[in-house]
Amino acid sequence: MRERTTPLPGTPLSDGAVHRGEALTQTWPSSLRYAWDTGVAIGRFLSELKNGRIIGRRCERCERVLVPPRMFCEQCFRPTDAWQLVKDSGTINTYSESYIRWDVSRIAEPILIAVIEIDGASSGGFLHYLGEVKPEDLRIGMKVKAAWKLPEQREGSILDIRYFRPFGSAQDRPA
Amino acid sequence: MGSIEHVERVTDLRAWPGDFPVSHLYTMGIAGERFFRELMDAGRFVGTRCAACEHVYLPPSLFCPRCFAALDEWKEVGPQGVVRAVTTAHRGVDGGPLKAPQTLALIQLDGADDLLVHRIQKADSVSIGDRVEAVLKEAAKRRGSILDVRFFRPA
Amino acid sequence: MRKVAVVGAGLTRFMRRAQETGPELAWLAARQALESCGMTLNDVDSVALGSAPDAFDGVHMKGEYLSPGAGGWGRPVIRPYAGGGTGVLMPVHAWFHVASGLSDVCLVVAEEKMSSCHPHPQGAFLTIFDNILERPLGPNLIWIFALEMRRYMETYGITKEEIARVSVKNKRNGLDHPSTHVAQEITVQDVLDSEVMVAPVNRLDISPASDGAAAIVMVAEEVARRVTDKPVWIKGIGWNLDTAYWTNRDLAYPAYVERAARMAYEMAGITEPRKQINIVEPYDPFSYKELHHLEGLLLADKGEAPKITADGVTQRNGNMPVCPSGGLLGVGNPIAAAGLMKVAEIFWQLRGEAGARQVPGQPKIGLAQAWGDLMQVGTVAVMGID
Repeated sequence: MRERTTPLPGTPLSDGAVHRGEALTQTWPSSLRYAWDTGVAIGRFLSELKNGRIIGRRCERCERVLVPPRMFCEQCFRPTDAWQLVKDSGTINTYSESYIRWDVSRIAEPILIAVIEIDGASSGGFLHYLGEVKPEDLRIGMKVKAAWKLPEQREGSILDIRYFRPFGSAQDRPA
Repeated sequence: MGSIEHVERVTDLRAWPGDFPVSHLYTMGIAGERFFRELMDAGRFVGTRCAACEHVYLPPSLFCPRCFAALDEWKEVGPQGVVRAVTTAHRGVDGGPLKAPQTLALIQLDGADDLLVHRIQKADSVSIGDRVEAVLKEAAKRRGSILDVRFFRPA
Repeated sequence: MRKVAVVGAGLTRFMRRAQETGPELAWLAARQALESCGMTLNDVDSVALGSAPDAFDGVHMKGEYLSPGAGGWGRPVIRPYAGGGTGVLMPVHAWFHVASGLSDVCLVVAEEKMSSCHPHPQGAFLTIFDNILERPLGPNLIWIFALEMRRYMETYGITKEEIARVSVKNKRNGLDHPSTHVAQEITVQDVLDSEVMVAPVNRLDISPASDGAAAIVMVAEEVARRVTDKPVWIKGIGWNLDTAYWTNRDLAYPAYVERAARMAYEMAGITEPRKQINIVEPYDPFSYKELHHLEGLLLADKGEAPKITADGVTQRNGNMPVCPSGGLLGVGNPIAAAGLMKVAEIFWQLRGEAGARQVPGQPKIGLAQAWGDLMQVGTVAVMGID
């Protein structure tokens, strides 16, 4: 643009101005609710979580075991061939400590999260919490294991796993 | 062999529930701000006119969508107008039955080229071509909303 | 295919909240773009309009809603959508319109009004995560960036200080941009001291959500020669989408940006990008992203972008200025408009019209890149002046 002496158009409105009603506003609540079909692959994945197990799907052509499972291989573009149970342990691929919730409200104690490469899956795995570990002790490459809810508490949900914790924490030691 | 959903027991079907947990706060816009303030404070309707296109926009627009001109000619329109289309609704937004049928119309306020949608009440029957007039809330109750207009009724 | 040029551009201010409605913002930018090259809406025969998720504005069919303000009345309108990648995806679509001969003048408009979304625009991003396997964890969008940033840092041994230099550079560059609402003079220490959001991301590593609009005019060669003596040609375009299974990918390197860049370089006849690209506007919603994207664009070796930043190569007076506009960090982030703002910046820079932001040396070839979705899409435009 040529050097401007007049400011660009646009009328900024501060939060204060909105609260004081200096500009008219209208609020609209959201009332959208959904019931998503899980599909074959995730349906089975969730059922197996209820059983305390993690399951993937295998593509024979590229020989990958996919977690989360899908009924098609997106690289070979063909149906996947077989179910394959994988371990409930894995390796931290990357991790973080969050001081905010989904709506950006702050929390004092961070939520610990990681992408876990699941043992037996070909590449990566899924997002989940970390627990029984201090943020400063976290490392990429750390071995972790799922801490499950008790069988009667499981619903067939990703939250049937409470979090992943490092190998060698209290519950793994023999009684 | 394609993958086909094959479930034998209905109890195995799963649906995962969820929602969209945000709400929205809308500003009225530069033109809309004036429209709603006039309605709220003065109890009148205003539109903007494009001289080149000879068109009066209602609700008013800051710009002419036909020729892109900036519009600064404001014009009072209504409060009476003509019904250009009408219907009666028996079902509500959620698909359930309404307590009482609701008549809705597209109304061309006198002086405007565009149509406003609103409710028609206090009428036994409404036809295209009928003249109607706006009934507003009393001034103290108006908030700068389209609901500051309670309904239109036969003029 | 016909040659296609950018001949005009316009921007609104970028703001935390605009009083204007979306269509009004779109019109303000679109009218300015047309006026800047002496054209009128009558001259326009197609429109490419872009805006990121409808969820921000809370208006369904947002493209149709915005269209009158983008000059779409009674015209063929297309709304390409790729999240944050939209800003450069629209020029890609506009290129098709004009290069094919179907249109001579395409008005390209990007608008974003994120402020409508409550409690916070970021909350709408909850829905970017897998609805069954990830949403129950209550994720915030910043989680993915933090996870990717950590992976990038640890894979190549990059420090937070090295990354913070990008925020410092871009926020300072942004002081010269008339649209800015977030530019400021800061230091690396300021970035490190700012509030930790999701480690290792601090507040000053992030560009804030904004409202705003941008527009450019893209035309066929004979129109370009009539309206200006400095058309900026679209030399190459590229775009590429990676899988949505982001947890199955290597987050240390944006392979999809490389594929998009290669597509654009091949079309533009660029064989040595580091020598031939004079000025770069990569997408910088977070400080580390500028580095990540420079590597994906093959403008730095993997893990080496921090070094060229530290060496001053990417400053305005460096060998390869990066984000001379100030980028998203320095100007603001109204998602789709931010990407198109970068295209507009390359346009002005190549014509020598960037005022206080002008990089020296009369750059001839520039590149704008946007990115979006679930760390998933790269969109690239290579532009050049005769």
